[in-house]
Parts: sequence; structure tokens; C-alpha cells
Amino acid sequence: AAAMSVNADLRKERAAATFQPELLTHILDGGPERTRRRKEIEALVLNDPDFQHEDLNFLSRSQRYEQAIRKSSLMVMKLREYGIADPEEIYWFKSFVHRGRPEPLDLHLGMFLPTLLTQATPEQQDRFFMPAWNLEIIGTYAQTEMGHGTHLRGLETTATYDPSTQEFILNSPTVTSIKWWPGGLGKTSNHAIVLAQLYTQGQCKGLHAFIVPIRQLGTHEPLPGITVGDIGPKFGYDEMDNGYLKMDNFRIPRENMLMKYAQVEPDGTYVKPVSDKLTYGTMVFIRSLIVGDSARSLSRACTIAIRYSAVRHQSELKPGEPEPQILDYQTQQYKLFPLLATAYAFHFVGAYIKDTYHRISGDISTGDLTELPELHALTAGLKAFTSWTANAGIEECRMACGGHGYSRCSGIPDIYVTFTPSCTYEGENTVMMLQTARFLMKSYTQVTSGQQVTGMVSYLNDLSRQRIQPQHVAARTVTVRINDPTSLVEAYKSRAARLVESAAKNLQTELNHRRSKEDAWNRTSVDLVRASEAHCHYVIVKLFTAKLAEVSDAAVRTVLTNLCLLYALYGISRNAGDFLQAGILTNAQITQVNQHVKELLAVIRPNAVALVDSFDFHDVHLGSVLGRYDGNVYENMFEWAKKSPLNKTQVHESFHKHLKPMQAKL
Amino acid sequence: SVNPDLASERQTASFSVEKLTTLLDGGVEQTRMRRMVVEAIESDPVFSRENQYFQTQNERYEAAVRKAVHLQKKMHEMGWTENGPEYKYIYRALSGDIAFLLHRIFMRSISVLGSDKQIAKWIPLATQHKLIGSYAQTELGHGTYLQGLETTAVFDAATQEFILNTPKISAMKWWPGDMGRSATHTVVFAQLYIHGKCYGIHPFIVQIRSLQDHSLCPGVTAGDIGPKMNFEHIDNGYLLLKNVRIPRENMLSKFCEVRPDGTYVRQGSQKINYFTMTTVRISLISDEVLTPLMKACTIAIRYSVVRRQSKLKPGEQEAKILDYQTQQEKLLPQLATAYAFHFINDYLQELLNRGYREIQRKNFDMLPELHALSSGFKAVITQHSTAGVEICLRACGGHGYSLLSGLPSLYTKILASCIYEGENTILLLQTARFLIKCFMAVSAGQPVPPSVTYLAAVKPGKCPAKNKVDFLSPDVYTEAYQHVAVRLISSTAAKLQDLIQSGVKKHDAWNHCTVQLVQAAKAHCHYIAVKNFAETVEKLETKAGIQKIMKHLCDLFALHGIFSNTGAFLHDGYTSAAQMDMVTASYLDLLAVIRKDAVPLVDAFDFTDKSLNSALGSYDGQVYQRLYEWAQKSPTNQMSPAYERYLKPLLHNTLSKL
Repeated sequence: AAAMSVNADLRKERAAATFQPELLTHILDGGPERTRRRKEIEALVLNDPDFQHEDLNFLSRSQRYEQAIRKSSLMVMKLREYGIADPEEIYWFKSFVHRGRPEPLDLHLGMFLPTLLTQATPEQQDRFFMPAWNLEIIGTYAQTEMGHGTHLRGLETTATYDPSTQEFILNSPTVTSIKWWPGGLGKTSNHAIVLAQLYTQGQCKGLHAFIVPIRQLGTHEPLPGITVGDIGPKFGYDEMDNGYLKMDNFRIPRENMLMKYAQVEPDGTYVKPVSDKLTYGTMVFIRSLIVGDSARSLSRACTIAIRYSAVRHQSELKPGEPEPQILDYQTQQYKLFPLLATAYAFHFVGAYIKDTYHRISGDISTGDLTELPELHALTAGLKAFTSWTANAGIEECRMACGGHGYSRCSGIPDIYVTFTPSCTYEGENTVMMLQTARFLMKSYTQVTSGQQVTGMVSYLNDLSRQRIQPQHVAARTVTVRINDPTSLVEAYKSRAARLVESAAKNLQTELNHRRSKEDAWNRTSVDLVRASEAHCHYVIVKLFTAKLAEVSDAAVRTVLTNLCLLYALYGISRNAGDFLQAGILTNAQITQVNQHVKELLAVIRPNAVALVDSFDFHDVHLGSVLGRYDGNVYENMFEWAKKSPLNKTQVHESFHKHLKPMQAKL
Repeated sequence: SVNPDLASERQTASFSVEKLTTLLDGGVEQTRMRRMVVEAIESDPVFSRENQYFQTQNERYEAAVRKAVHLQKKMHEMGWTENGPEYKYIYRALSGDIAFLLHRIFMRSISVLGSDKQIAKWIPLATQHKLIGSYAQTELGHGTYLQGLETTAVFDAATQEFILNTPKISAMKWWPGDMGRSATHTVVFAQLYIHGKCYGIHPFIVQIRSLQDHSLCPGVTAGDIGPKMNFEHIDNGYLLLKNVRIPRENMLSKFCEVRPDGTYVRQGSQKINYFTMTTVRISLISDEVLTPLMKACTIAIRYSVVRRQSKLKPGEQEAKILDYQTQQEKLLPQLATAYAFHFINDYLQELLNRGYREIQRKNFDMLPELHALSSGFKAVITQHSTAGVEICLRACGGHGYSLLSGLPSLYTKILASCIYEGENTILLLQTARFLIKCFMAVSAGQPVPPSVTYLAAVKPGKCPAKNKVDFLSPDVYTEAYQHVAVRLISSTAAKLQDLIQSGVKKHDAWNHCTVQLVQAAKAHCHYIAVKNFAETVEKLETKAGIQKIMKHLCDLFALHGIFSNTGAFLHDGYTSAAQMDMVTASYLDLLAVIRKDAVPLVDAFDFTDKSLNSALGSYDGQVYQRLYEWAQKSPTNQMSPAYERYLKPLLHNTLSKL
């Protein structure tokens, strides 16, 4: 009976698939056992009446916050009740409960508790950790200020040590120093870890972290000297009470400075921290999560747009025939399939970073950190590359759904507004790209001074060889085989090498004009960003290609190979100038690439729905009327609309208030 | 007081801001009148948008209705009329935040599609707001493709009525503005059936709500379609008709009429309809697309000189973020684009006026060209401007994400323009169809309309630039754009012909080439935009520094287009690899030049603080104070029940088993 109710178009699409979607789902999850466990956790949440509520699209922001905090408290309780402790399983559980949205306890769970674990002394852990674990203390992490984000050293909040009382006096000296944006700060938290410039014995010792109580336990009223509140409505994040915090001569005991590393002794003597490379690791980890999130958010948008495009019929392809599915139009395929390929590419990149991180974090304990700088530099760029691409891709998916994509019932507006801040948080993307560029420039300098470099940048070693053999460029031109992913990896490698070299040379030219280092860097930064992008693009094509060899099922390998080819060729087509200018591909080859892209669209078309089914998003998680698994779009749009707040009464009160009096007067 | 970081930017302007404002407005008198209208509207508290970002959908809708009703009174007081010169500034002054916009479309469609008798009956009623109209064309399952609409209107000769029906769910009218809650009448597009025969889509006036108590008429189901990305103030609606009978006289019958005995009669030329569509597409550019782009540029550029971040030189103060090359590369091309599109809009308006005069003289020759240009430019302008607003939003970092920046609502509003009045891809394909046709005509030696004569003058050859300065010559870059447009159009035409000659059916061949066709249409529009900008600059007066700064913007617009699409210009070797490096160098040099005038260039758009409604973009640059003040007004800072209900038990550990 369930099968009967599925829209006929979608049924046809699924029957025509050339591979088994479950097998691909297993690959994405990391094995059939992971898939089983994920679905088990999903069922725990979805079958739990405590987590049901009205469609969030119809609620005001205050109501959405209220629902979120209700679910979050239940979530914490149930996670412990079920004994779910693995970080990935917690992530799933949370993601199903909140349907991919942020929630007010995110910073408590994701930043406050972990920071206590890594930076608090044993005495501080005794005082704070268990109450925080039991949610008597709810904390947030207050770093960014109204006037300061990316550039940490610019933060203005001060913590001045007063040895006479053994206290720190916290102050927000200017409007720009007001803490701004921390999640959960506005209404939820009663404590915050505050980053402030430490002053002791008349000297500034730079940024340090302090545990600051902000609300009275019991009444939840702000403490005297504390001004705290919600920063107001945002594009998305309606569930999150991002907050502000202003401190006026607010005193905390000396013991509230997180002192595992740096310390202030009772007399005010400052004890320097031993160098701490572990913070690198945390950043790498968070960025790997963002890469994964780019993949997931884009996958959700693709699922919605592709299913809807199989259900929607429009216009005429052949005279006299019924209106075709819009997915049959080449222009629609050209919008959606490269994004589908991108979503898969990003999944594999996210998994790679996570695995590498876990491998290296093993090394951290044994002291081998040699790979960490490269991974740190690489993840900065990949975070930016994937979040920018996904950000634009989600919007393209929405646009591809025409007018209905604009309705909140499509779910894509929500995916977009929830995702788009990841271009800014955890490192603004342009700044991230420039971090990667700094590493690339360093590697390039090493190579030109005769040293070898290793890892993903090892292609730079070839540059010096090319200078000895100038004919190499010409030789490379004919060797690119556009049907062979491995050969395309080489093409991307050449492009990256060329753009890194060109940025390095331009930087040198600026320096030769006797500009300061910073000035020269700034005047080359557009080139530097392009070089980083080319490097990241190469890494992604390389990782996607490498993944193909791991796939054992032949049918799945074939579709993934086509997606990988599409990803690589579409990227060439869109950046044809780079490949032409460097002489990597000829005009004729570019024409072939463009042609082959279009052929691949037709090849992928029969598997398009199965490829999004493989992402295996539950309808509740997808949150989209257009993207429903059963494809019964129109009936459900009507049902959804009837619940709109404007439809609460048959005649809207505005009629009596405004329309009627006007009509009477005229 | 003005933030000193912003004040210093204004002291070094290379041109007269007031002169540029006048140029944008089209004359001193226009500037004066616009300011007068804006002042009258903004000083009236009923039109305030102060709390807009905190309001619910219901509150926004009610405010929009209140404003629409109040506007009638205001216009009367001020002596403004719908045909007066002030009228076009009202919408801008209100930032579109008003109900009954579809009421005007309702009236216009009756004027265009109705007989003289129908006009005489309905227009006075609508003018006096005795009824409120809407315009119901799109259906749940059907948008762009009009012939696919499924609503039916069956003629019943016995009662001299049409019987309207929504035969299935996908036929339900969906999206029409003002229809969800406000409208009493709507123009319904339906398939006309007489004696069992279908005559295609026709317009019918249908009453949907009672004029007494506003309740739904018998057989009518209507309501609001629910929350959207924006337009919370508009009650976009759905409409389901079940055996709704309307008199025969309610079919709009300027072009087609059903006689009492059921005879179907066609009369007059429908070509005027195409002209109406063209007019609508061009008329939306200014208010719905250029204004939001210009506002976004104003907000982002002003904020970028107030915001300081990191250090450019050790030991110095943190730098204004606009001093970073990467920030300039995000924002300044958007600014140049806003100016380029302003001038192309002038060009299209002029073309439209000429077309209108010709049509008055029963000459329809200009229609195909007008149609192609309006379709193509509607698509290109909406797409680039939408992308531009989004870039501005993201260039403002975290604070751009706050609704209080004003940028999210500008973005969600402008992006709807990519879909309404013709989906962009489909419009570009219409332009492409015209281009291919003209290319064939040119190849056969036949005459073509002026905007495409360049297709005949194909000059094979190479870009003549020898150094980076040569790329600041409009002749050099305009010719490069022309070359790309010709190459893409001719190669696609050849591809189409090849396919057809190899036996592929015409429609299949067309679908196989659509990706290329879209690219060709875009290249054509981009070329016209560059050429028009260059020609406009040429004609500007040289005094007060206006021509010089506009020339810089024109260069930037042109070189940005090449820089972001190098493949198209390198392909076939028209531009060499070395020349492409020159383009990049010239382009990056220009950023630093325009940087100096960035703030005056957005000041010239002359938006009031109320109209920007942005904590980041105000004229005085007091960004942080304003952000802090506005945030405190947020309803979320009133006591929330969440604490008592959920947080308290949580914090007091009364939840079991923690």
C-alpha cells in the first residue's frame, strides 16, 4: 500500500536505476553497520512523541527558541538514558532532534564542556565540570566582540588583576568591546567562558580565558555589573539566542581564570604557558565538521531539487507530447547534476579530513606532529572552498525549483539560512584561503631554494624540474585524457602549480617594488586566493578519484566514476581560462570537455533520483514538501498552506480594521 | 556626529556627489521631486518601517494593508495622482512595503485586455477601491508555460454564464499576491470551453469574496499560501473554484469574445500583449532590482570603512576592511555593476518609449528586438544583481547575517525577481532564439534590427592590446566582448544546424544546445551592457569629475567581466595568455583607484537612513551604537516563558535522571 502511494514519476525513476542505493548509502556512512546504527538512532528520535511539534515555519522566533530549549533539555537527558556517548552518534541524535538546526545548548556541549576539560585545572574541574555536566551550570564561549571577529588579538575586553582582593575585574571598555554573537548567551546561559586581555602588575599579557558567572542561580536574573541579552533577529538561527554581554567592573575570584597552562599567582606574578600545539588540532577538527556539513547541506538541497524536478512537468519538449519532467531539460540537468557530483565529492573530502585528523591525533599523543601544519593549512582552504561552493549550490538548487522553491515549504530557504554563516564562522573564508596561501607560498619558497616538500603540495617539486625542461609544458598538453579521472587529476595539479607559481612571482614583484611585506601581501591577495582555490580544487578531484578504487560494487563504481568525471570536467569547463592560459589544455580539448559534460548529464540522468535517495535523508529531517520521498508534492503543499498563521481565521482581522472602513469612506 | 572613519572618506571625493545624484535621477527637478516625496512619506509615522524586523507574518500583513489604505489618504492630501510625476517615487519611498500591488496589475489587465464597456464598468470601481483586485495566472502545477494551465471555464449558453472549475489539485491557483486575504475580485486565466471545444487560455473577472462581510463566495476556497523567504507583508494566495458561475460579460473581451449563442470571435492584434509583457519586465528593473543592489552596496561599503580588522602594517591601527584587496574585489565590482545596469536601464526605457510610439503608429517591427532585449536583460540584470546583493551580505561578515543589517531582507526580496515575470533560463532561451534567427538572417544577407547588426561585421583577428593600459581603452574591451558574443552565437548556430542535418529532430537539437544557447544570450547582453556603458561615459559632461569616475567604473565593469570569465576570452586565441595577465593587472590597479571614491559613489545613490533601515549602513556610520540599541528592542529580550517552563527545571536539576 505504501508503494502504491508513491508518485508514479518517482516510482519509474527508482525502477530505472542501474545500482542499489543502499550500497552507496553504506559507503557514505562508512559501512553497513554504521548505516544500521544511524537508522536505529534516527528511529529512537522520530518515534519519540516528546520530540514532536508543530511545523517550525509557522512559529514566531520566541516560540522556536522555546521549542528548541524544550527539546534540548530532553535530548541531554535521553542521550544519557540511552547511553549514547560516541561523538558521531551524539551528533546524529542531536541532528535528528533538531532537524539539522542549531540549538541553544550547542555551545555548552560543544565548547564550554570541552574547554573545561582541556584548559581547566583539576581544582576548576571539580568546581565546574560536574555542575555543568548536570546542567546546573549552563555555559557558553564568549570570544567575538561587536567590533572584532577574526583578528583575535584585537579583542578589547579586559581582565585586570587586583592582588588586594585576589580578584579579576572584568570590563567592556567600549561599545565595540561588547561580546556579541555567542550562541546561548542571550537567554540560556548562566556562565560564560570569556576571552579577555589580561592585565597584571600593570602589563598586558594578551588573551586569556575566564569563567564568568553572568546570571543568578535560582532566579536567572543577570548579576549586578552584567548586561546581557539577545542580539535580535537574524537571517536564520531562530532557535539560537545569540547574545551580547557587557561587563562593568565585574569581579571574579582569581581561581576563575582557566589556569592549566598560563597562570596568575596570588601576588599577580604571571606564569607563561608552555607552548600548546593542541589548539591546532581543535581547529582542524571543527573545520572537518564544516566540510562534512557543506556536503550534507548541499546533499539535502540536491535531494529536494532533484526529486521535485522529477515530479514537476512543464512546457513542451516535443510538439504534441505531454509536458515533460523538468529534469529532462538539459539546462535543468546542467544546474543540478554538477551540484550532485559536488555533494559526493565533498562527502569524501570530509571523511578524508576526519580520518586524517584521527590518525594524526594518535600521533599527537606520541609526539609526531610533522603533518599537523600541512593539515591545518589545507583544512583552512577546504573549509572555505567547500562552504562557498555549497552556499552557492544550495541557492542554485532553490532557484532550480522555480517559484515553489521560494516558499518555506520547500525547505531550501531554511537549509540556506542555516548553512550560510559557516562561510563566516570558525574563520572568515577569505582569511582562511589566505592562510592556505601562506602555506603554499612557504612551500614554494622551500622548493625554489632547493628543498623538497611533501604531502599534497609535493607537485611544487615538479616546478623546478620544469624550468630545466621547458618543453614539458607542451608535452603535457596532449597527454590529458578527458575520459580518465587520473589524467584529470594531473591537469588540476598543473593548474594549481601554475597559479601558485604566478601568485608567488607577483608577490615577489611587489616586494621588489620595495613595498613592506604586508603591503605586498595585500596587493597580491586576489592572486593568492585564486592559488589556494586551485590547490583545494586539485585536492578534491584527487580525493574523489582515489575513492573510486575503494568501491567494490561494479554498478556503484560506474555511477561514482561518472559523477567524478562530471565533477572534474565541469570544473575545467567553468575555469577554462586557467587551463587555456597555462597551456594545459587546447581550445579543441576545451570544446571536447564542454561536449563531454553534456554527454555525462544524459548518462547520469537515469540514476539521478537513486543518487539522491542514497543520501538517505528521512522526510522529517529533510523538512521539505517538495522533496518528499513519496513525491506527493501538490496535495501536501495545500495541506501545509492551510496551517499558515494568516489562515487562522477565515476573515482576517485586517478586514474589519482597515479594509471595511476604507470601503465605507470611498 | 559622523564617525570620523566615514567622514574622512567623504573629504577626498574626486567628483561632485550632488551632480552625480542629479545624473542618476535624470535632472535637478527629478532629484528635488524625489526628495520631496521621500520626505513626505518618511515623516509620516504610519509608513514607518522601524520595527519591521521584529514583526510576525500577521503583523507585517496588517501593517501593509494599513499603509495601503493610508496611502490613498496621503495622496489626496498631497495632491498626487496615479498619473502624476510624483507617483513613481512613492514606491521607492515605501521600499515596496505596502499591500495591494496586484490591485494595480488587476486594473492594468482590464485596461489592456478588456473591452471599452468593461473598462468603463470596472476601472472606476477599482480606482475607488470599492473592490480589491488580484491577478490569478500561475497554478500549483504550472508557471511559465501558459498553455499548460488547467483551470477551466465552460460556457453555458442557457444561462449566459461561464462555469469555472479547478479540476484537480495541480490546477489550483497559487502565488497570486493580495489574493490570500485581501482581494474581492481576481482575473482568472482559464481554458475556455464552448460546446465541448477548447479555445485555449482566456482571462475572466471572478468575484471571490463578499463585498459586505468579506466572506468567501459560494464555490470558492481561498487562503494564504504560507510563509516565504520574504514578502511576509503580501498575502500570496491559493484559489480553488468549484462550479463558480460568472456572467458572460466577465470574460475580458478586447481580443476574443464569446457571443450569446456561443460563437467565438477573435478581433484585433494580440501583439500589444507582448508589448505589455516587455513593459512589465523593464519596469521592474529599477525598483525591484537596481534599488536593492544599490542599497546593499551602500550598506556594505559604508560598513567596510567603519569596520576595522587586523593590521596591514605592524604597529599601526587595525585597518579598515575596505583597504584589503580581497574586500575591494568583492564589493567594487558590484558597485560598478549597479552603475552599468542603471545606464542599461535608461537605454531599455528609451527603446521602450520608441517602441511605444511606433506601436501607436501601428508599426510592430520593433517588437521582436524589444522582446529579446527585455527578456535577456531581465534575466541578466536580476541574476547579477541578486548575486551582487548576496556578495555584499557575506562581505559584512557576522553582522551581515543579522536582520538588523538590512541585508538579509534585501537579498530574499531581490532573489524573487529571478523567478517572477518569466523564469530566467527560459527568458535567456527566448533571447537566444531571436539571436539564432538574426544570425541566420545575417548569414543570408538579410537586414536585422540595430542591436544585432554586429553579427554581420564579424572580424576575425586578435586583440590588439600591447600593454595593460591598452585594456583601459573602451574600444579594446568592447571589441573583445563583441568577439565572444559573435563566437558563441555563431558556434551554437552551427552546432544546431549540424545536429539537424545529421537527422536529429529540431526540438531535440534545440534541447541539446540549450546550455550553449544560454551562454550565447548572456554574452550578447553582457556585450550590449559594456558597449552602452562606454557610450554613455563618452557623452557625459567632463566637469565636476563625473566623466572621469564613470570611466573608471566602466573599465572596472568590463575588466571584471573578463577576469571572471577568462575562458571565453582565451578560447580560439582572440586574447593571448600574456594579454590575460595584462587584464588582471589593470583590473587590480583599478580597484585601488576606485577604492578612494567608494563612499562618495554610494552616497550618490542618495538613500535616506530610513529607507536603508540598516544598523550597519547609516550615513553617520555609528554602526555599533545602533546595533546595540536596536538589539535591545528585540521581542526576544522581553521576558520569555521559556525560562519558567524549561530552563528553571533544567537548571534546578528537577529533570529526572540527569
